[in-house]
Amino acid sequence: MNAPFTPSRRDFLAAGGSLAVAFTVPALAQAPAGAPRLPGDLQTNRKLSMWLRIEAGGKVRLLVGKVEIGQGALTAVQQICADELCVDFDRIVLTSGDTELVPNEGATAGSLSMPGCGTAVRHAAADARQILVKLAAEKWQVDATKLDVEDGTIRGDGKAISYWDLVSGQELEIEATGQGPLRPQDKRRYIGKSHARIDLPAKMTGQAIFVQDLRPQGMVHGRVVRLPAYGASLQSADTGAIEKLPGVLKVVRDGSFLGVIAEREEQAIAAADALREAARWTLLKGQPTSETVYDWLLAQVPQDILIKDQPRKERSAAVATVEAEYRRPYQMHGSIGPSCALATFGSDGVMMIQTHSQSVFETRNAIAMLVGIAPQKVRCQHVQGSGCYGHNGADDVAADAALLARAFPGRPVRVQWMRHDEHKWEPYGSAMVTRVKAGLDGDGNVLDWDYQLWSTSHLTRPNNNAGNLLAGGVLAKAFPLPTPVNIGGPNYAADRNAIPMYEFPGQKVTTHFITSFAARASSTRALGAYANVFSIESFMDELAHRAKADPVEYRLRSLKNERARAVLQKTADMFGWSTWKKQPNHGRGIAYAMYKNVATYCAVAIEVEVDRGSGQIKVLRAVSANDAGEIVSPDGVKNQIEGGIVQSLSWSLKEAVRFDDSGVLSEDWLSYPILTFIEVPEIEVELIDRPGQPFLGAGEASQGPTGAALANAVFDAIGVRYRELPLTPERVKRVL
Amino acid sequence: MPVLTVNGRRHDLAISDDVPLLYVLRNDLHLNGPKFGCGLAQCGACTVLIDGEPTRSCITPAGSVSDRAITTLEGLGTPEKPHRLQQAFIDEQAAQCGYCSNGMIMRAKALLDSKPNPNAADVKQALDDNLCRCGAHQRIVRAVLRAAQGA
Repeated sequence: MNAPFTPSRRDFLAAGGSLAVAFTVPALAQAPAGAPRLPGDLQTNRKLSMWLRIEAGGKVRLLVGKVEIGQGALTAVQQICADELCVDFDRIVLTSGDTELVPNEGATAGSLSMPGCGTAVRHAAADARQILVKLAAEKWQVDATKLDVEDGTIRGDGKAISYWDLVSGQELEIEATGQGPLRPQDKRRYIGKSHARIDLPAKMTGQAIFVQDLRPQGMVHGRVVRLPAYGASLQSADTGAIEKLPGVLKVVRDGSFLGVIAEREEQAIAAADALREAARWTLLKGQPTSETVYDWLLAQVPQDILIKDQPRKERSAAVATVEAEYRRPYQMHGSIGPSCALATFGSDGVMMIQTHSQSVFETRNAIAMLVGIAPQKVRCQHVQGSGCYGHNGADDVAADAALLARAFPGRPVRVQWMRHDEHKWEPYGSAMVTRVKAGLDGDGNVLDWDYQLWSTSHLTRPNNNAGNLLAGGVLAKAFPLPTPVNIGGPNYAADRNAIPMYEFPGQKVTTHFITSFAARASSTRALGAYANVFSIESFMDELAHRAKADPVEYRLRSLKNERARAVLQKTADMFGWSTWKKQPNHGRGIAYAMYKNVATYCAVAIEVEVDRGSGQIKVLRAVSANDAGEIVSPDGVKNQIEGGIVQSLSWSLKEAVRFDDSGVLSEDWLSYPILTFIEVPEIEVELIDRPGQPFLGAGEASQGPTGAALANAVFDAIGVRYRELPLTPERVKRVL
Repeated sequence: MPVLTVNGRRHDLAISDDVPLLYVLRNDLHLNGPKFGCGLAQCGACTVLIDGEPTRSCITPAGSVSDRAITTLEGLGTPEKPHRLQQAFIDEQAAQCGYCSNGMIMRAKALLDSKPNPNAADVKQALDDNLCRCGAHQRIVRAVLRAAQGA
């Protein structure tokens, strides 16, 4: 939402002019000891001035650390602000993701924009409104409860005054309380109603809204030549001829890092191609490949973390034990627009970076470390990029741009990755193996549940460390990749959703966390939840079938949470589960999960038709009911669930990254195909609104259930259980 | 050196004929509609119309389209006065990130020009070579049908 090249913090604050700078206070990084717990990200950014300012011209400045990554979250946050501050939506001017200007809310990730940022803005705005109303009440010597606000004008006792007149010339230093009364539901104008996305008109008409569209005066173009394969190193590169190519301004070599800067984009691309040809590399041999990765995962010495251990009290023996193993390959984020950034190393020693990073603060610190500049001298400004779906190349390309800008000061250096850079070097969603074993009673119900998962890290985000940046590991003075840690407690990353939501009497869940890598990996939408929900919900289907029970009824036996039961039942109703008639080679499948065990409740039901000759699965339709807590923008939530279903179908039907000693073989859309229009089914999404309940976050909820519902539907269609993703025609046919 | 007619305006360009049209449109003419997605004509993000034909500008040498009518997303409409397809995409909220939207709208424009009343299957067929990663497909189809109905 940022206009590029916004001014310094001092100029920015001064822009309020003489009219009003409300709630101004310097940034406070940590909550003081003993301070009350504040809602959402107010907890770590406690001053109202960090979030809200009443500005000249009847405007309100809303400052947020979360950024727009193409999901519409900031439109919803602005809706919340408008309602709780009682101003028209269009009065709000949004600034997001600028390390000089906004509260640090950490990464825009984990479906946390609504719970973290939305909740904080809601309470900050309610606090601010209460303060403003109190000021008016004091001014007029009346009871504040007799006053009301409409579009920033406080009225009561026959008088009226606007926020902008009221706070003129005053500065208020105030910490949020989280106690300001929220607007009653019948007085809300925006929360609960679908609001048109604020960014779409610009995107549909070709305005400069993406970081890719920035063209500051004097801009030059950079490209980087990446290693041919993981672990390769540069032997030699004759750069002399490259420097003489048309338009080339500079060739940068630092260890195995190779880059070029040219006046024009096509010149930079041509020079990078020539440089790639000229480079001689040493390759590592005997590395794991995409064919051997599951054996590799199981052969590593992992950290074994028992994340749930609930022995069954009653000791009757199980009458049967069943077990199964499931596999998920490396899969990519696959942004349609390759990652891009601009960096300018100014004569003032400041490195200015425009980036679509999800984590501007942590990335700023990592880049500062990489280029050897103090973090205060690096400023990251978020500008939107192509949808990322997690940690893609955004941070790495910003680091590339900064390295090139350091070598070529004074002019903005724009770097956009080529398609093969993004495909081969983004950090994929980790391959995983899971094993589940259940001891059953005479009715086929689970007595003992034993679940194990093997995974590499899902968290190698920049995290203030240059070693996490792609370029960091290859510089002459290399920054080593930090050893991954399975942080965040149970159900967080690799083990996200590994603890079942079913109330089985005995439960044991073990994470086998592998700290090395077969392929570069990091946070990819839903993290481990995709594989874990695929495994748990496939196995539940197997158990239901074994018990000769209906899959919905079987799940309800051990699913006690009322909100969970409601989405499962509603999904079944939407599908027409009880009246569905089976046709040959048609099948239906259902699956459920509460994302992260704390976010949106989501169930998905799918109908497929399988062609036994070709092995082709045709997804005919998908339905999904969801409970995301209180809903701010119904269409926004539906868009997320719907998009998640499509993306998960693409993963589950088609996608697996292939790699061997020579490098990653999935280098474009032909070698790594994704779902296309003809393959996308009709999708129906419904929401169960829970006014007054916390925002739960819906951006990643449907990924897990979709994969399992698909496999369950295929089983129902042809009686074959597929436990390894993706369900490609070749794999389906191999077993038929 | 190419002479390009883009959105009705003529541009004499002091560049080599073999520069891909996409870079000329973006970097020399400062247009943002056509996007770099793959550079391989695989995704459709760079689509423009050349004499009405949807064309992948990332692999089209600028010199090959001299004196032909090139239309970009900007040539359809503006935020103040959007083309009915642009308006329909906004009305249907037919995007998540919006990076592929250019290609979707330009390809749909060509479809509606040749077939003003398509059905959903026609739209899916026409857009099948345009990739969307966010999963907005169903909304995009609805938007194109809405634009057709609003004609």
